[in-house]
Amino acid sequence: MHSKLVATKFVKTLGMATFVAMTFSGAPVQAAEKIIKIDGSSTVFPITEAVAEDFQKEKKIKVTVGISGTGGGFKKFCRGETDISEASRPILTKEMEACKEAGIQYIELPIAYDALTVVVSTKNNFVKSLTVDELKKMWEPSAQGKIKTWNQVNAAWPAAPLKLFGAGSDSGTFDYFTEAINGKAKSSRGDFTASEDDNVLVQGVSGDANALGYFGYAYFEENQGKLKAVPIIAKAGAPAVSPSPETVKNGTYQPLSRPLFIYVNATAAAFKPEVKAFIDYYLANAPKLVKEVKYIPLPSNEYSAVTAHWKALKPGTGFGGVPEVGVKIEELLKRIK
Amino acid sequence: MNDDVRKNNDASKNLMKYQATTNKAAVLENLDAVRAMIRRHKFNDYIFSIIGLIALMIGLLTLLTLFIELIRDGSGRFNLQFFSDFPSRRAEHAGLLSAWVGSALIMAITFLVAVPMGVAAGLYLEEYAPKNWFSDLIEINVSNLAGVPSIIYGLLALGLFVYGLGLGQSILTAGLTLGLLILPIVIVATRESIRAIPVAIREAAYAVGATKWQVVADHIVKYSYGGILTGVIIGMARALGETAPVITIGALTFIAFLPSSPISTEPPYLNFEWLSSGFTVLPIQMFNWLSRPDHAFHVNAAATGAIIIMVTLLMNGTAIWLRYRIRKNIKW
Repeated sequence: MHSKLVATKFVKTLGMATFVAMTFSGAPVQAAEKIIKIDGSSTVFPITEAVAEDFQKEKKIKVTVGISGTGGGFKKFCRGETDISEASRPILTKEMEACKEAGIQYIELPIAYDALTVVVSTKNNFVKSLTVDELKKMWEPSAQGKIKTWNQVNAAWPAAPLKLFGAGSDSGTFDYFTEAINGKAKSSRGDFTASEDDNVLVQGVSGDANALGYFGYAYFEENQGKLKAVPIIAKAGAPAVSPSPETVKNGTYQPLSRPLFIYVNATAAAFKPEVKAFIDYYLANAPKLVKEVKYIPLPSNEYSAVTAHWKALKPGTGFGGVPEVGVKIEELLKRIK
Repeated sequence: MNDDVRKNNDASKNLMKYQATTNKAAVLENLDAVRAMIRRHKFNDYIFSIIGLIALMIGLLTLLTLFIELIRDGSGRFNLQFFSDFPSRRAEHAGLLSAWVGSALIMAITFLVAVPMGVAAGLYLEEYAPKNWFSDLIEINVSNLAGVPSIIYGLLALGLFVYGLGLGQSILTAGLTLGLLILPIVIVATRESIRAIPVAIREAAYAVGATKWQVVADHIVKYSYGGILTGVIIGMARALGETAPVITIGALTFIAFLPSSPISTEPPYLNFEWLSSGFTVLPIQMFNWLSRPDHAFHVNAAATGAIIIMVTLLMNGTAIWLRYRIRKNIKW
């Protein structure tokens, strides 16, 4: 009896569920409220998250942030799905064309620096510094299957196996490192341990005296006990420079320091007051918040230049679709007419 | 003639007697060998049970170690605040609120999609569908769908729900996607539990003049719903942990507000705006924390992992308990 009752109830629930499901599918799918939509690089994410958190608390305007990666973010941005796209490298020609086709203009705003840090384990006692040429010897496409031991790169180093760890090919970090070291974005040897998750790279390098890897400065800073940052010699005769907030800001850590960007939809910037308010808030609070999430803020004169650029609402990119290494931000902003 | 017969009978009796004695002798002779053989077989049994136990332990202990490790790492975060806080840049203030609400709402839609469709499809295939090449084809496809990698469902949903039907990167899209994902599980579970019902029950019902629908509603569903429920819960537990399809359709990472409430105090009391809201889910929140440089976030990730495992265990445990309770009440 009881069992039958339950069964009848079950059938009734089924019928109701179908009805409700049908009602749902007919429901209008339109967001009535103002929401600022942001997507893009996972490297820039912690900064935007910090800004979004405080902005939402203060101004009561809703903000959402996704992490589709720099490339994935631009895809959505150029379809008009997001108001702001985060990028750990400048917009590329292909993406510029996609945006142009959709009639989407953007304002390019550098908001922080990151230092790509080349690391070895604290157990490694033979690498004191690396020249860009040595890095190129390790990472260029022709090294694949050939450069397998440390002494092939520099005769002074032991004949120990060279184990490489690097960013996955979808990340802006990979694009920037290959551009800076090998001279061409995305051109790299393929036989290394690649991961989009930098903590995997930290694990891999820290345990092995013969390993070498690269990733963003924040990951090195959190793991200083296990990792050593290798000082980089930009060209023959130049001094070896370790990555640090100072060497990045004064421009001596080259060629691996890079600006991080946000791209703002120009139409949204002009016609959506909430987006305008968000960017104003972003630039005003960036010096404090960037530092708090362990990235390197721009020097204050550069923030002023970026803010002026933002106020003028000048669309376009200063790069022309090619990631360029070592360009000064003020000069970059002047290029956009 | 009679004489011959008697002779023959005697002969066969003798033969049987002879055979019996020799057999008996042979058995007596071989008794030790037989005992040895039994011992050997019992030993093989024993060896296999050891191997089986080791295999079981490898799986169980690995999971248990992982679970204990997660609980230990995340122990600092098991408090109510962790469930009532939004994500934040400060690890100790970052919480799961938007993630668990997102997961719960999506699960609700998944349930509403997968259960009616899955049960109806299972009932149709078992009770109504004619047995021909076409239903065979459907059957093969259903079993096949259960094994399709979840990312494929994500890609399908991206094309169909997000862009095709214009549902956007919403809770509704995620619920429909996961609903499709567990649909084969529900269909298979429904069919399995229907097949466990003896044919005699069906035939008895038909014999007293019940229609097909009466048989299905009064008997088939009644006797099989324990098994169906088990399949549904196991499917839901799987959907809860799914990450790939949800990322593909555009789940967010930072969302510090809740979808608008489904129930309001003013007419029409029900509000479907939440369906179109952006969302995040537990596994995505965990993945995001895990990939942060700051170790304090890894504690949050461990706590989230432990919570996901606990909820999954709880759901599967409920499924087993329900199956046991319901089976106990059914006697054919």
